[in-house]
Amino acid sequence: MSPIIDVEHLNYRYPQQPADELTLRDVSFSIAAGEWVAIVGHNGSGKSTLAKNINGLLAPASGTITVDGQVLAEDTVWDIRRKIGMVFQNPDNQFVGATVADDVAFGLENQGVSREEMLTRVPAALKQVNMQDFATREPARLSGGQKQRVALAGMIAARPQILILDEATSMLDPRGREEVLATIRQMKAASDLTVLSITHDIDEAASANRILVVNDGQLKEEGTPAEIFKHGEDLIKMGLDMPYAERLKAALKRQNVQVPATYLTEKGMADWLWQLRSNK
Amino acid sequence: MMNKLIFGRYIPGDSVIHHMDPRAKLLLSFYFIGIIFIANNWLTYLLLFAFTFLAITLSGVKWSFFINGVKPLIWLILFTVVLQILFSASGGHVYWHWGIITISQLGLINGAYIFCRFVLIIFMSTLLTLTTPPLELSDAIEYILMPLKAVHFPVYEVALMLSIALRFVPTLMDETEKIMNAQRARGVDFGEGNIFQQMRAVVPLLIPLFVSSFNRAEDLATAMEARGYQGGEGRSKFRILKWHARDSWATVSFAVLTAALIFLRA
Repeated sequence: MSPIIDVEHLNYRYPQQPADELTLRDVSFSIAAGEWVAIVGHNGSGKSTLAKNINGLLAPASGTITVDGQVLAEDTVWDIRRKIGMVFQNPDNQFVGATVADDVAFGLENQGVSREEMLTRVPAALKQVNMQDFATREPARLSGGQKQRVALAGMIAARPQILILDEATSMLDPRGREEVLATIRQMKAASDLTVLSITHDIDEAASANRILVVNDGQLKEEGTPAEIFKHGEDLIKMGLDMPYAERLKAALKRQNVQVPATYLTEKGMADWLWQLRSNK
Repeated sequence: MMNKLIFGRYIPGDSVIHHMDPRAKLLLSFYFIGIIFIANNWLTYLLLFAFTFLAITLSGVKWSFFINGVKPLIWLILFTVVLQILFSASGGHVYWHWGIITISQLGLINGAYIFCRFVLIIFMSTLLTLTTPPLELSDAIEYILMPLKAVHFPVYEVALMLSIALRFVPTLMDETEKIMNAQRARGVDFGEGNIFQQMRAVVPLLIPLFVSSFNRAEDLATAMEARGYQGGEGRSKFRILKWHARDSWATVSFAVLTAALIFLRA
């Protein structure tokens, strides 16, 4: 399959940085259409900068970014932004509309979609994120998770091919986080959406097909969640909160219990635990 | 506490007045302020009051809200009325006279009229803000400013700014509350001491609020750009205003009122 996002030798430097210091150094990767890729890394590792480069919110110092066959340049940036929906960290600071329905319509208004079309797309999008009863509510009366779901509805209505989540669940409580992740999984099932999620959250990373580890502006590692999660305690160094099963495994290892080297989900861990003594 | 001050003003309801086009309400409210000055005798003022009472009754909003609307301004009104009584041109029977101060029959009548004008204006504008959500008012303002596009006034941008400002009022209120609590926990006293101490207490509140507002503005600008915002031109509109028959009828009733006022004035 041809890649929907192709990043080659990307370098990025913030204007206020000295010339020899780069926030992103020689980053190259590609993402196939329909894939779910998680980017993990420490605060300040450059992962958000990377996301903002992909839809042209920041302009790279050098390197090329190709999205759906179009090379990112000044005259293609608005076309590319149409293909990419981006959800940010702070639920309040990306809510433009005065009501839920207005916010969902904001992206459509920007594209000049006709009002008749909006009147069908907006309620349909709200229904998909299960917020249809809140259409006339003001953002002040919504929870963080609800606001993020409204942001996702805005994306659904604008029908992008790619969804970039820039730590979209990091400011939410566990319940809000689960709601948002469930909505994203459901969006992905409903259409052939490509998801690029920047995250510290292990559950979000575990939902991905592939994980890219960014450290100090460079791509350090890539692999499936199972491969990456094998690193155990080193995950924390990569900027991920370690999953519970891995923390338990590390603790057992310190007690000299023989633990399997492969990554186990919580259920897998439970299965292995209850068989541990009976096999002997 | 602060929420009630600004945002407690709109009272949701289902009346004819609530459902009127905000453009009609805004323009007719201004028009009403204009025609108040046609009135110059008891009959015309009585007519204006009757009209206002009818409008208020139609809105179904409780009377106490209107009385409360007058309360904060009562001293200003009384001050103006007293000035009018004491210093206006004298005429009719003079009750009391001292230097340039005269209390005359005409002065008293004028004072009463001025009082009526104030009350009428406050009632009508209170009716406007109580029955119209702020967002609809901003839509109406956008529409009314539209002719200014001819002189390259950025009408769409101003309207979007207004709606974003309204949308962020509650967010910033919450934030202010949080910062206040955080500063109280560090020993700052708000609302205590003399005026200078109180002013100084506001500084540790304003600075974090400013910083966070700028951060929010930057985030919001990034999010808007990511969603394809390129300025007002070429955007379609999701929210539109509809002029109904009731708005035409309201306009007609104002025309009739004007005619009656002109007919009845002295």
